[in-house]
Amino acid sequence: MASGRVATAAEGLRAYGLIAVMWIRSTMTYRFSFAMTLVSNLVVNFFDFVVILLMFGHVRGLGGFAFGEVAFLYGTTSTAFGLADLAMGQVGKVGRRVRDGTLDTFLVRPAPVLAQVAADRFALRRLGRLAQGLLVLVWSLVVLEGVEWTVAKAAMVPLMTVTGALIFGSLMTAGAAFQFWAQDGAEVANSFTYGGNTLLQYPPSIFAGELVRGVVYVVPLAFVNWVPALYVLGREAPAGLPPWAAFASPLVAAGCVALAGLAWRVGIRSYRSTGS
Amino acid sequence: MRLYWTVLASGFRRHATYRVATAAGVFTNTVFGFVLTFTYVALWDERPRLGGYDMAEALAYVWIGQSLLAACSLMGGGFEEELIQRIKTGDIAVDLYRPADLQLWWFSANLGRAAFQLLGRGVVPMAVGALAFDLALPEHPLTWLAFLVSVLLGVTVSFAVWYLVALSVFWLLDGAGAVQVAWLSGVFFSGMLLPLTVFPGALGEVARALPWASMLQVPADVFLEKRTGWELWEAYAFQAGWALVLLAAGRAVQAVATRRVVVQGG
Repeated sequence: MASGRVATAAEGLRAYGLIAVMWIRSTMTYRFSFAMTLVSNLVVNFFDFVVILLMFGHVRGLGGFAFGEVAFLYGTTSTAFGLADLAMGQVGKVGRRVRDGTLDTFLVRPAPVLAQVAADRFALRRLGRLAQGLLVLVWSLVVLEGVEWTVAKAAMVPLMTVTGALIFGSLMTAGAAFQFWAQDGAEVANSFTYGGNTLLQYPPSIFAGELVRGVVYVVPLAFVNWVPALYVLGREAPAGLPPWAAFASPLVAAGCVALAGLAWRVGIRSYRSTGS
Repeated sequence: MRLYWTVLASGFRRHATYRVATAAGVFTNTVFGFVLTFTYVALWDERPRLGGYDMAEALAYVWIGQSLLAACSLMGGGFEEELIQRIKTGDIAVDLYRPADLQLWWFSANLGRAAFQLLGRGVVPMAVGALAFDLALPEHPLTWLAFLVSVLLGVTVSFAVWYLVALSVFWLLDGAGAVQVAWLSGVFFSGMLLPLTVFPGALGEVARALPWASMLQVPADVFLEKRTGWELWEAYAFQAGWALVLLAAGRAVQAVATRRVVVQGG
């Protein structure tokens, strides 16, 4: 049974790789447009960060957090989101395939449907977002002041980008599964992924308590970066969590992946083709 | 004229049928409204009267932005996707055969869409924002009317910009890059993320003079009664000026594009 699972996963990854490479070659046909999208993808996210720079042109701190700390929050969530967006961002487009019935072709192919959907029209331009997140993250590590680095804290930085990406990726998959019922509901998933990303760029201290508790205990977005990043910054964990909660983020991520996988299965079972 | 009116009405009706999408959009706008509100509260707590707005005005600005997002296609999602697809596939040839003006046809369809989006995706987030927070609402009832006129002009400028973006596909063959550049400018220079009055120095002056300012900053200032009397007419003139220039540019590009049209596909 276990070996069967591993085989399926390997097969899925292989299919994902093959389809992704095919789409990358297809994208490269329109070279100029690709260069433009890549550059603008990088720039678009920089503008997003420029807003924070503009804010700090007027104030010295936001919610008691200095510029370096907010940049660190921004860098960690953006890198995690960039990773998830590159790998799984396309699953959000499944709604269109459900609407026009073209998902049928995926179902008859001998490869896991989730791998096919995630690699469908693989968008290499999303590298721009990831690159921008990484740049801000590295920069924030340079400008951060007063952090007493330990091995655990240093290890926490790369770890949280990976666990954060898993949490975002799970939300994207769950959102895609939701579209099997609400065929037009892609935006609801966006408000959790894109909205969550925006939320996590700012310190939890500026948000209302209910909102913070919501993203800690209901939709565990806080484990993307708030909980581990506040540990790195030597600040108190949000919503009354104990300090060791920072180390629980891999567990939370694993739970999210399991739930998303379950949601995807339930979703795809309830798929009814348009039958035209 | 009746033809374009029919196109407008069908644009409205067409978008009105996407009920789930509308509800999902309202949900997203509301979520973003809340997130932005808290960041603005943190900012205006530190710096009251930043950009010439007090707290209630700054928060109203957030929710005006969320309400106009769909109507003014600040992040795209308007008619351009379809037009680009038609140029890409060659279906545009059919449109050019029609005894109707291409630009006016899409303008009417987009106006119908915007009218629906303003009602369907604008009213609820604004109401939620006003219930949850203390927002500055117009004191003078006529301001609502002045605001609507400004929104209409904003939608026109937005159409003119996206029309140019879509026509670029005649040359680029793939719209993704151009769409993204336009999307980026729309988000940043409309004042969607931060009011343009908060932008410093030369950047602020440039941003306030660009066409994107007419899509959110100007309507919001009209709503907040920052522009009244003579200044209101100046605001309208600014929006109408950009609308005319960009619509004329769209017409010129359209003339060149249709002369060199190569129909894709066979």
